[in-house]
Amino acid sequence: MSNSSAAQKSVVWDWLTTVDHKKIGIMYFLAGLFFFTIAGIEAMLIRIQLMFPEMAFLGEQTYNEVLTMHGTTMLFLAAMPMFFGFMNFVTPLQIGARDVAFPFVNSLGFWLFLFGGLLLHVSYFTGGAPDAGWTAYAPLSTTSEGQGVDYYILGLQVSGAGTLMSGINFLVTIVNMRAPGMSMMRMPLFTWTTFVTSMLILFAFPALTVGLLLLMLDRTFGGAFFDIGLGGNVVIYQHLFWIFGHPEVYILILPAFGIFSEVISTFAKKRLFGYSAMVFATMIIGFLGFMVWAHHMFTVGMGPVANAIFAVATMAIAVPTGIKIFNWLLTLWGGRIKFTTANLFALAFIPSFVLGGVTGVQLAMSAADYQFHDTYFVVAHFHYVIIGGSVFGIFAATFYWWPKMFGYRLGEGLGKIFFWLFLIGFHLTFFIQHFLGLVGMPRRVASYLDGQGFNEMNLISSLGAFMMAVAFIFLVVNVIVSRKNTTNVTDPWDGRTLEWATTTPVQEFNFAQTPLIRDLDALWYEKMNGNGKIKAAEPLDEIHMPNGSILPIIMSSGLVVASFGVIYEMYLLIALGLLINFGCMFVRSIKEDHGYHIPVSEIKKQGGES
Amino acid sequence: MKHLLRLLPFSLIALLAGCGVENLSALDPRGPVAEMQLNLIQLSLYVMIFVIVVVFSIYTFVLIKFRERPGDTHIPKQVHGNRALEFIWTTIPILLLLILAVPNIMDTFTLAETPSMSATEADGEEGEGQEGMVEGEDFITVQATAHQFWWEFEYPNLDINAGQDLYIPTDRRVEIVLEASDVVHSFWVPALGGKMDNVPGITNEMWLEAPEEGIYFGKCTELCGASHWLMDFKVVAVDGDTFDVWAANMAEPDEAVVSGEAAGEAAVEGREVFESNCISCHAVGDEGSPTGPNFTNFGERQVVAGFLEPTDENLHDWIRDPQSLKPDNEMPAFSEDQISDDEMDALIDYITELKVLEED
Repeated sequence: MSNSSAAQKSVVWDWLTTVDHKKIGIMYFLAGLFFFTIAGIEAMLIRIQLMFPEMAFLGEQTYNEVLTMHGTTMLFLAAMPMFFGFMNFVTPLQIGARDVAFPFVNSLGFWLFLFGGLLLHVSYFTGGAPDAGWTAYAPLSTTSEGQGVDYYILGLQVSGAGTLMSGINFLVTIVNMRAPGMSMMRMPLFTWTTFVTSMLILFAFPALTVGLLLLMLDRTFGGAFFDIGLGGNVVIYQHLFWIFGHPEVYILILPAFGIFSEVISTFAKKRLFGYSAMVFATMIIGFLGFMVWAHHMFTVGMGPVANAIFAVATMAIAVPTGIKIFNWLLTLWGGRIKFTTANLFALAFIPSFVLGGVTGVQLAMSAADYQFHDTYFVVAHFHYVIIGGSVFGIFAATFYWWPKMFGYRLGEGLGKIFFWLFLIGFHLTFFIQHFLGLVGMPRRVASYLDGQGFNEMNLISSLGAFMMAVAFIFLVVNVIVSRKNTTNVTDPWDGRTLEWATTTPVQEFNFAQTPLIRDLDALWYEKMNGNGKIKAAEPLDEIHMPNGSILPIIMSSGLVVASFGVIYEMYLLIALGLLINFGCMFVRSIKEDHGYHIPVSEIKKQGGES
Repeated sequence: MKHLLRLLPFSLIALLAGCGVENLSALDPRGPVAEMQLNLIQLSLYVMIFVIVVVFSIYTFVLIKFRERPGDTHIPKQVHGNRALEFIWTTIPILLLLILAVPNIMDTFTLAETPSMSATEADGEEGEGQEGMVEGEDFITVQATAHQFWWEFEYPNLDINAGQDLYIPTDRRVEIVLEASDVVHSFWVPALGGKMDNVPGITNEMWLEAPEEGIYFGKCTELCGASHWLMDFKVVAVDGDTFDVWAANMAEPDEAVVSGEAAGEAAVEGREVFESNCISCHAVGDEGSPTGPNFTNFGERQVVAGFLEPTDENLHDWIRDPQSLKPDNEMPAFSEDQISDDEMDALIDYITELKVLEED
């Protein structure tokens, strides 16, 4: 209960048990970056294998495993967690909160994600990774030999549980913990997109959970949901997967939209143009995201009525997305645009994403999609939106929030080399793949025969991919060599939103006094109309903080143990794992933990503002 | 000027079509379905080029005009928004999408209208007879069943089972009924038309037409296992008369060809090898099992196993060790204990002479 107990903990123990949203945010980001590196290496293996026709670099089975792991890791374990890192770190600061609503659950969410991701990667060392694609369509997945697909199912179940928890946590935080004056329509756009994204997670992930559960029952417990010999239906799995899968791509793009809105408005030195239209466009995209899943299944034989309806619904998404694009352009219009690395990524996003968006409309046309579907045209399209959208968003946010998160600025020189190499490499890799698909190359092929007109385009594509890999090295170097740039890290970009009103490093209680919000872009308002400092909404008083806990790690380990039990059909292990998990829940429930208080003297010593 | 503008995207497509291989590229259509789809793709391309030009122009202008110049420290005017502008960029995209949505819906329904559906309608209701198509005269039906990793083509009304090569007449529409025996596959002949999935437990239908004679590339486009990339097939479009000859000979092949007698002594010996080793999976005519590809016209195969040149050497290697050439396929290896080298030569002599079309 003593306030000095925090100081006595070892650093490792502190990070393992932390419930501080900022530390969890940093761990999310770093774990995501780790998986991003792995999935990036897998991408390089894919492009080496496809560099020349009939290459025997990987072999078919290994290729399918690498392909599956690249997609699964990038989406579930790299892109989403990196966004979660920013959401965790930034959202509570942007709304003037001391932490998220449920700090313990936040920690549990992170450890479940990490352990689920690591569990999935164990499969590489136990006889083969999953090989049925990140979509794991039945019956290819249900009949796949070995344990690879079992690792996929359990790994995603465990990490998915963590994601769902985090989503709920963000929703409650944003609804309940906004500082006085921070009405919903004064929230920064990144907070808004976090909110809508969390809503999507809340409704989308249960569909995945059900789909994976049915796969698990079929594979391990003799179920017959997808066994047509016993009356099963394999199309049901595709529906379940895409009811999750389509919202998932909006889960990946909406936070990026939020980031671009912050970055563009900051570096144009202008208020976001059409703020309320941006908010409603975000909500409409989120809503429509649930109405269009079957456009992934135009060729599955749903009939012309369903195809036509889903085609029109899909096209409709172009309208709110277009609104956003024009609002960003008009935000820039009349501004004073500063070309920092963060802003370069945000600016490069606009044309790149428009290219991905127009092919999205083309793909939405069901009759034309019969040609596009499952070819490299689709591969080009979704890499344009995921890299041109989500990954550019992640990199923009990395350069933008790095000083606040890590206490030093990333170098602009190295950053710009990284940006240009990555941008050119990206377009070189994927632009040509549109045509590769149109001239007849299906996706997910382990190789291609010579003499089909695919050779040159694949070679160019591979060279572009290597360029992106080289670019990434520049980012890593930047992270290492820039550590001395510790000046001007509190508000380096002349920020507009509340997170830039905190100290760097941010104190564990975020704000010594809960801030009073007087307008959208709270800090900018005070810079223009006040003394540049956020006003306090309460007198300085002692602050109540939650205690850290080791239980989230133990609980997550329990689920990993149970997962091994399912994978290898060892029922005692399942029981043991669940016992650990429920035991921890029991301990957590009966053990009273009131947290601790930071006295006023300590707050003042730490330099609490005002 | 207007004329020039219309020409531009066309020549763009023509230019791109140059990248692909003939009878494989979707940009170089060889039938009405692929043509319809390419038209739709072109229409969407016009609209999208318009969108791209508008956005990129504003973008470039803004970045140049409003870039920060050295020494500039002014604070830009903080604009909240503009109703009129927001109204414009909401309505114009809706109109553009309507331009695409309407023809797309029409095409989607046209492509779903298989000839046998028209035929039933014509039977049911008088007065719509012009819609009605007659099986055999106006269209033929093929049941395409996908297996890991090969294609089976049955012609239910012609009593034919063929493997790997899909023969179709140029003067009739082709209704394709899609099924799968193991996992999900997808049937795609880019130059003739878009794809549709072969889903286990479900029957899908589509139609194609190939007015020009030729050999078209077909591919499986749904990940179906290790050798997904080698699950190719060929569509052989021949004139109506040739097709009828082919169909008749496939249904009732010449006895002398089936027994190997027509090709000489070695082939007769080969037939014996075939009967003791191959017939439990491969059929010639009525004799044999449909577990593997049908061999009635094996001598006329464009490629062996979907991808190998049909040389004696390739056949030899394939029969000895199919797994290393096409991993995870269902064909067992035949060692020298099972088929000696001499027997192998005889077998290859026999199967390469299995032909149903007269050589000119």
